[in-house]
Amino acid sequence: MMYFQLAWRNIWRNPRRTTVIFIAIVMGIWIMISMAALMRGVADGMVRQAIKTLTGEIQIHHQGYRNDPVVENSITDPSELKPILDQLLPQNAKWTARVRVNAIASNARHSSGVTLVGIDPLSEEQVSFIGKKAIIEGKFLDSQDTHGIILGKALVEKFETRLGNKIVMMTQNTQKEIASRAFRIVGIFKADMADTEKNFVFINLPEAQKMLQLDRGISEIALILPKGHAIADMAAQIKSRLSSSYEVHTWRELLHALSAYLKMFDKSMQLWYMAVFIAMGFGIVNTMLMAVFERIREFGLLKALGMKSVSILWQVLCESCLILVMGMGLGNFLSVLTVYVFNQKGIDLAFLAKGAEFVGMSRIIYPNIGWDDLLIVNLTVWGLGMVISLYPALKAARFSPVKAMSYY
Amino acid sequence: MALIQITDINKTYTQGKIQIHALKGVTISIHSGGFVALAGPSGSGKTTLLNIIGGLDTVDSGTIIVDGHEYQNMRSSQLANLRLYKIGFVFQAYNLIPVLSALENVEFVMQLQGVSSKERRSRAMKILDEVGLAEMYHRRPHELSGGQQQRVAVARAIVSNPSLVLADEPTANLDSETGKGLLMLMKEMNEKKNVTFVFSTHDPMVMNYASRKILLRDGVVVDDV
Repeated sequence: MMYFQLAWRNIWRNPRRTTVIFIAIVMGIWIMISMAALMRGVADGMVRQAIKTLTGEIQIHHQGYRNDPVVENSITDPSELKPILDQLLPQNAKWTARVRVNAIASNARHSSGVTLVGIDPLSEEQVSFIGKKAIIEGKFLDSQDTHGIILGKALVEKFETRLGNKIVMMTQNTQKEIASRAFRIVGIFKADMADTEKNFVFINLPEAQKMLQLDRGISEIALILPKGHAIADMAAQIKSRLSSSYEVHTWRELLHALSAYLKMFDKSMQLWYMAVFIAMGFGIVNTMLMAVFERIREFGLLKALGMKSVSILWQVLCESCLILVMGMGLGNFLSVLTVYVFNQKGIDLAFLAKGAEFVGMSRIIYPNIGWDDLLIVNLTVWGLGMVISLYPALKAARFSPVKAMSYY
Repeated sequence: MALIQITDINKTYTQGKIQIHALKGVTISIHSGGFVALAGPSGSGKTTLLNIIGGLDTVDSGTIIVDGHEYQNMRSSQLANLRLYKIGFVFQAYNLIPVLSALENVEFVMQLQGVSSKERRSRAMKILDEVGLAEMYHRRPHELSGGQQQRVAVARAIVSNPSLVLADEPTANLDSETGKGLLMLMKEMNEKKNVTFVFSTHDPMVMNYASRKILLRDGVVVDDV
């Protein structure tokens, strides 16, 4: 209590100086957390984007499909998977089966390599971005659409076509023969990235199976778990129940580049915290040194009165701690408020859309901060703040009372 | 046994390349209850001797025993404890902690001693009343005159019933009337509470209040009456 009372009054002896360092700490915390939230938002957006773009959180394939994604490596009888998934997956988990094959789309004027995806419209909508919400013109597929196809806006523009027009899809079937079929554009979708709009076309799953002569075969099963569920654990459980003719992968295994980026992201965040702290740290040391040197005689008096060196050390550290805690309090409040405000509406990066797409970022970033980020920032500032305050505190503790009291 | 027993102490300071012999073979014995003045001109070694008695400074040779504690064998933390419990200080200037009120300044030493808040408040108020500052207990040092500040310092020095109070030129910054008042207060506390006072001065008026005068010149005791 004595330390706290003295510390509180001492830090307000020079309100201007305390205010300056207080603002520096608030700004430091605010910048650290806000930037971390923005970067976390970018990372989350990239993950969300990747998962929504036909990856899912877990995928099941036939053995060898990932190395050679051809129709011959399809899952021939998915019916044996259904009871296992129904048994293992939690109640709110969603999954869908797809046929996915490389194809050539063409019309009278243009042709282009695309990924032809055969989907079950009802279940697909719950697992990936493609669904009624993504349709900007026409309608989403339904089970009656035997010749219906959904194209992305960018591909429609590239092909100079429109809703209701025909488009021919050509690919290789399981017999290694060319399979070709005309479809009518029933819907046009919009995605966050133009590449997605250009690369994917969607038809009904049974039509894809017919075209490729797959019978009941599928290329993959993609699934999404309820929020907070351990993806790797579930993948391991599914794997343990399936025969060796299946492969089970999490999105981290499927998206190597993104996984590597996320690992690098955590390290770069720590470097970012350190960089901001170093700038802030000089301010803290400088302020505390000034506060100590202008009170040399007072420290001499305290020692003469019987205060031990270690108590003087605590006294100065207590002053640093108070400034740090106050700055951290307001800094955290402002940061969380900033993150909350921007998290509600998101930050529209439309002006950076091309560049953002290049690195797989979504157009709208939702800054997001986790408790672990907040904890790391606060521990970094408080912990290192106290460590660097040891220098002025030790200076104060080591003054000889006689020299200190004769200091002018 | 004497409260303070100083035997053949020597103290040399180095200022740049010059060695200053502040004390040369000083031997003094002061008994409990004394009101002793260390007199002498500037540079005679009064403050150095007070600092050494208070355990704030060390000697090159010789022995100091205060209240049965021989300093040579004590660590700095033990000396701090001795100052905290046995010795009160009144300095010439900059005596009080500026961010604390008069009452809190008086309480401070007891706070370091771990006295309960209730007890230290009542003791501090009582002593402030005795030094005539009960009405000003809430004032910060800058709201008090020089004389009032010195009275608070005396109150703080004696509030925890030390064996010894050391005062380094306590009246040097005060006008003669205020200085006289402070000396009378110190004398009163010396008689009433039987606290030993050792103070330095070069003012003949101040020396007249002392029951014993030790005259120092160039670091040597030249008279002791």
